[in-house]
Amino acid sequence: MDNRFFIDSEKLSPAALKKKHRLETDPSCRKDPMAYLPGMEKIESNIKDRVLSAVAEYDPSIYTAKDVRAALEHRRCTTEDFKALLSPAAAPFLEEMAAKAKLETEKHFGNTVYLFTPLYIANYCENYCVYCGFNCYNDIRRLKLSAEQIEAEMKVIAASGMEEILLLTGESRGKSGVEYIGEACKLARKYFRSVGLEIYPLNSDEYRYLHECGADYVTVFQETYDIEKYETLHLAGHKRVWPYRFDAQERALKGGMRGVAFSALFGLSDFRKDALATALHASLLQKKYPAAEISLSCPRLRPIINNESIRPLDVGERELCRILCAYRLFLPFAQITVSSRESAAFRDGIIKIAATKVSAGVSTGIGDHESKYEGKENENEKGDEQFEISDSRSLKTMYEEIEKEGLQPVLNDYLYV
Amino acid sequence: MQEDILKIGPKSFHSRFILGSGKYSMKLIEAAVRDGGAELITVAVRRANTKEKESILDYIPEGVTLLPNTSGARDAKEAVRIARLGRELGCGDFVKIEIMRDSKYLLPDNEETVKATKILADEGFVVMPYMYPDLNAARDLVGAGAAAVMPLASPIGSNKGLATKDFIQILVDEIDLPIIVDAGIGRPSQACEAMEMGVDAIMANTALATSGNVALMASAFKDGINAGRKAYLAGLGRVLNRGGDASDPLTGFLRD
Repeated sequence: MDNRFFIDSEKLSPAALKKKHRLETDPSCRKDPMAYLPGMEKIESNIKDRVLSAVAEYDPSIYTAKDVRAALEHRRCTTEDFKALLSPAAAPFLEEMAAKAKLETEKHFGNTVYLFTPLYIANYCENYCVYCGFNCYNDIRRLKLSAEQIEAEMKVIAASGMEEILLLTGESRGKSGVEYIGEACKLARKYFRSVGLEIYPLNSDEYRYLHECGADYVTVFQETYDIEKYETLHLAGHKRVWPYRFDAQERALKGGMRGVAFSALFGLSDFRKDALATALHASLLQKKYPAAEISLSCPRLRPIINNESIRPLDVGERELCRILCAYRLFLPFAQITVSSRESAAFRDGIIKIAATKVSAGVSTGIGDHESKYEGKENENEKGDEQFEISDSRSLKTMYEEIEKEGLQPVLNDYLYV
Repeated sequence: MQEDILKIGPKSFHSRFILGSGKYSMKLIEAAVRDGGAELITVAVRRANTKEKESILDYIPEGVTLLPNTSGARDAKEAVRIARLGRELGCGDFVKIEIMRDSKYLLPDNEETVKATKILADEGFVVMPYMYPDLNAARDLVGAGAAAVMPLASPIGSNKGLATKDFIQILVDEIDLPIIVDAGIGRPSQACEAMEMGVDAIMANTALATSGNVALMASAFKDGINAGRKAYLAGLGRVLNRGGDASDPLTGFLRD
C-alpha cells in the first residue's frame, strides 16, 4: 500500500517501533476491523448493509451526460440521480448543478450562514490512524486541559461573540473519559447556547449522559466507507472497529441527541463512493429517525505535523464543490458544514451555493486560544495541532465578510430543551 | 363600510398579513411592516435566544405585536418549555405553536399540538397553533382554548399555494375562530384566493424573502390580501357553469 503516511519518531522505544512496523507491514497481526471489542454496544440496524450494498453496486463510469441532465431536471433527486451527479459525466455540468443547489439552499435556509468554533480539550489518542496528527505513534506535545483551563479557553472564545461550540478530544477513553467530557459539556452550557461533540464513538447510555450534561449534537466521521481501505489506515485502537463507528450516530440519537453529523475524509479512498455512502448513511438514518437534524461535512485530508508528504490533490476544489452541490440536491434539508481546512476563497464561494455552516476563529491545537485570540503569550503549556488549517479568519472578520456578501451570519438558532 | 377588524385573543388588528419567521432578516421585517402593513410578526424563540447584536427583539418596530413560535419543539413538552422561555425573554403572551417530528418536510404534529395548546391556553397564553388542516384536530384545538387555527396551505417554504384548499375551506366553514393560512403561500394571487374563501389572515415569509424585490412583494401581498378580503365581504358573484343557466327551470312543474 501507499506508505506516504508512515513516519517514525526517534523517541519511540525499539519495542514500540517494532510493534508499529509490524502493524504497518503485517496485516495478520492487526485485529479484525469488523469485530466488536468488549464493552462496545451492538444495536439492531440494517442501515450499514443498505449503505454498503448501494456502494458496492455503484459504478460511476456507467453514467452519461443524459443521466446527469435528467437528474438536473427531476423534481426530486433520487439515489440514481445522486449517483449520476457524482459521476465523471457530471463534471461539465458543475455550473448548472451549482445554480440548482443554490436554489435549494435558499429554499430551505434563506440566506443564512451559521457560525461555530471547535475547541480541542485533549489530544491524547489510543488509535493508530496513519494520516492523523494525533495518532498514538506521532511525536507531538500531548495535553489534556483541566476544568479550569477549559473554562479559561471558553471565556476567551465566548468573549469573541461565539455562541456555538464543538468540543473535540483525541480518541482516548483512558485520558479523556466520558465523565471528563461531561464536565466540559456542563462548562460549555454556561458560556455557549449550543454544544456539539466530536469525540470517540460511545454507547447510547454514554451519549444520554452527555446529552444530560448539555450536548445535543454529535459528529462522527467515518473517514472512509471502504472497509478494505479503512483497515489499512486505522491500524490499531478502538477506531479500528468499523461497524461500531458506523452506528455511532444512531446510538447518539437513541441517547437523546437532537442532531448528528456525518462525513468521509475525502482523499483516503474513492471519493465518489465515499460521498455516496455518507449521504445515504445520513438519509437512511433520517428516515428511521425523522426528527433527527442531519448535517454533512466534507473534509479533505490536510497536512499534519511531522509529515509533509500528505498533500493529496485527488479531490480538487471543483470535485469538492460538485460533491457539495450533489449533497444539497440529494438532501436539500441537511446542514452542510465547511471547515477551516478549506481556503477563505473556497468557503466564501461555497456558502453562496450549498454550505450553510462555517467555523471561525479556529485552532486545532490545545489550550492556545488566549494567544491566538488576544495575542498574549500564554505561559501555559500548549498541545500540538491535529492538522493545519487553511482559513484562520476570526469570528469578527468572518461575520463582517459574510454580511458584506449579502448573506446573514447566524450565531445561534437553537434552544436546549 | 364598517371597520374591518381581525380579533385574535385580546388584540385587534387592522392588517391581515402576518410575517412568518422562516427566513428571517431585518430587511424582511422592515419591508413587512412598512410595505406590507404587518402588525403581527413571528419570531422563533430559538432564534431570539442569542446574545446582544443579533437579538431580533431589539429590531421589532413599535406598535407591532410579536408572535414567538416554538420551532425546534419535537413534542408538546418541548413546545411548552419554549413558549415559557419566550415569555421570559419578553416576547409577550402570544405564542404560535409549531411542533415537528420531521426534519425533512417540517410537517406539524396535530396531536402534540392539541396537547400543548391546552397547557399553554390554561397558562394564559394567546395560543395560535400551526396545524395540518384536519377538521377533527381543529375542533380539538378550539376545545383546548386556541385563539386561532393556522392550517398549512402546502409544505412550508414550498411556495406551492393552496394545495390543501378544500380542507381549509371546511375549517373556514366549521370553525368559529380566525383561520389563518400559514405556510406554502407563494404568490399574492394565492393569498387573494385564500382570502376570497373566507380565511381571516395570511402568514407568509419565504414568498417575500426569496422574491427579487422584498419591499415590492410585501406591498403586493398587502394588496392581494386586501383584494381577497374585500371580495369575500362583498360576496363573490355567481360563476356560470357549462356556458349558461337552464332556460326551463327544473322546478317549473310545481303548481302552487
